[in-house]
Amino acid sequence: MSDEEEIILADLSDDELVEQMMDDLYDGLREEIEESVRILLDRGWTPYDILTKALVAGMTIVGHDFRDGILFVPEVLLAANAMKGGMAILKPLLVETGAPRMGKMVIGTVKGDIHDIGKNLVAMMMEGAGFEVVDMGINNAVEAYLEMLEREQPDILGMSALLTTTMPYMKVVIDTLAAKGLRDEYIVLVGGAPLNEEFGRAIGADAYCRDAAVAVETAKTLVARKHNQMAAN
Amino acid sequence: MTDALTELLATRDWLLADGATGTNLFNMGLQSGDAPELWNADEPEKIRTLYRGAVDAGSDLFLTNTFGGNASRLKLHSAEARVHELNRLGAELGREVADASGRRVIVAGSIGPTGEIMAPMGSLTHALAVEMFHEQAEGLKAGGADVLWVETISASEEYKAAAEAAALAGMPWCGTMSFDTAGRTMMGLTSAAMAQMVDKLAHKPLAFGANCGVGASDLLRTVLGFVDTGTSMPIIAKGNAGIPKYVDGHIHYDGTPDLMADYAVLARDCGARIIGGCCGTMPDHLRAMREALETRAAGPRPDLETIKTRIGGFSSAVDGTEADGPDTPARRGNRRRRES
Repeated sequence: MSDEEEIILADLSDDELVEQMMDDLYDGLREEIEESVRILLDRGWTPYDILTKALVAGMTIVGHDFRDGILFVPEVLLAANAMKGGMAILKPLLVETGAPRMGKMVIGTVKGDIHDIGKNLVAMMMEGAGFEVVDMGINNAVEAYLEMLEREQPDILGMSALLTTTMPYMKVVIDTLAAKGLRDEYIVLVGGAPLNEEFGRAIGADAYCRDAAVAVETAKTLVARKHNQMAAN
Repeated sequence: MTDALTELLATRDWLLADGATGTNLFNMGLQSGDAPELWNADEPEKIRTLYRGAVDAGSDLFLTNTFGGNASRLKLHSAEARVHELNRLGAELGREVADASGRRVIVAGSIGPTGEIMAPMGSLTHALAVEMFHEQAEGLKAGGADVLWVETISASEEYKAAAEAAALAGMPWCGTMSFDTAGRTMMGLTSAAMAQMVDKLAHKPLAFGANCGVGASDLLRTVLGFVDTGTSMPIIAKGNAGIPKYVDGHIHYDGTPDLMADYAVLARDCGARIIGGCCGTMPDHLRAMREALETRAAGPRPDLETIKTRIGGFSSAVDGTEADGPDTPARRGNRRRRES
């Protein structure tokens, strides 16, 4: 690619730069993303606009191509890493400027299950989409979920399981929430290799998410619906 | 070459491998979340029963209960100091059952993934992966395993690390990967790419192939992908007994023994030499598979349509091995890499 002209990010117009950032996210180029974020800040963009119009928009493309079997885990990890570079610059500024939140998610692998690659991917993609994510790690009992929900007051509870033997524990958590009258406080999303939609319905989750990209789309849709319902009431 | 598996392969067109380990152990009372490998020390009779289940159903080869027996996985149960012991015991029990069977049965020392993502994407270095696999391999060797059996791998880096570990232990080995994401491994490797990767290894496996993944049909498509590369190495097919379903609080795999019998015969017609099951495959399935392989004549190589008609459809339209066509997903255009 030596014949390719060097791209000078600072010379690009806003529109061109945003397009370029989407490409660079796709290619997982962290330093380029960090540079572009700084350029847009210097040009007077609000942190929230940079987040939503460039980074989240770019990660949405990554998510779609992951969902469609065009990109795979290694590329998504690289893209998420580039996104993280941009987010590290934006995060303190977002707090300062009181930007609106996308939503908050508490996520963890259920009791008895020690697998976390899928859950980590979901956490990274959710952060990439602008959500605040609290990761509880692996092997979580229902008490741990309840405590974390109480403390963090998230919009979404995400549960993951890789084993057919630990999947049913998701129902224990959901049933416990229902018994305590807390079920409707949260959007409950479930995922993991052996699960399917039928299972999600059977245990009373709001949705089963086939992969991290679907998790992000579903979270956006359900959070928006929840906000609309609250506004309507 | 004087290893037992090579000798057995030389005398037979196909070998029947075993089925599920986890599904069987859970039926014997293993609690979810517990490390199955601890039973090699604590419940040896149950592990003998597990092995005998496969041998009595006609398996020519079975895997030891050591899938999660590497330091990275055992650490989650604070048993990382027991890698050698638990693998040795798992293989010793296997040796005992195989030698008492009255026929030649291969003890394959199971080695599963570390569960870590390898560098540069993740934190596990090549050197550390080799060291962990080597430690496990030595335990299996000490217990009398005939061959090491690396399975359910998704990253080529991890597969290569296992190959190196087998060489360090001076052991013959076999290695399968799990193709569960749009016909590829989680890391995006296609069946064809795996065959090419295996071909370039310094310490080559005796056989390679696919296990687990998504259902039996997908697994056969993967086998066809291997065969199309023109590889001369024996191919392994170890597919799940259908898809897991949730019924009354329990998980059932929906593949019947009849379906797995069809799958076994189709796998042979596709070109697989070592045929077995994975999750959900119980002794009843294995018996049906053995009977089908012994009584049904070999047929022509099936095409994808035949597989679909006989044992069900695929989880994705393509698997990355096809020539570019209308169904081929394309990467985002106008890519660029900046000079740096």
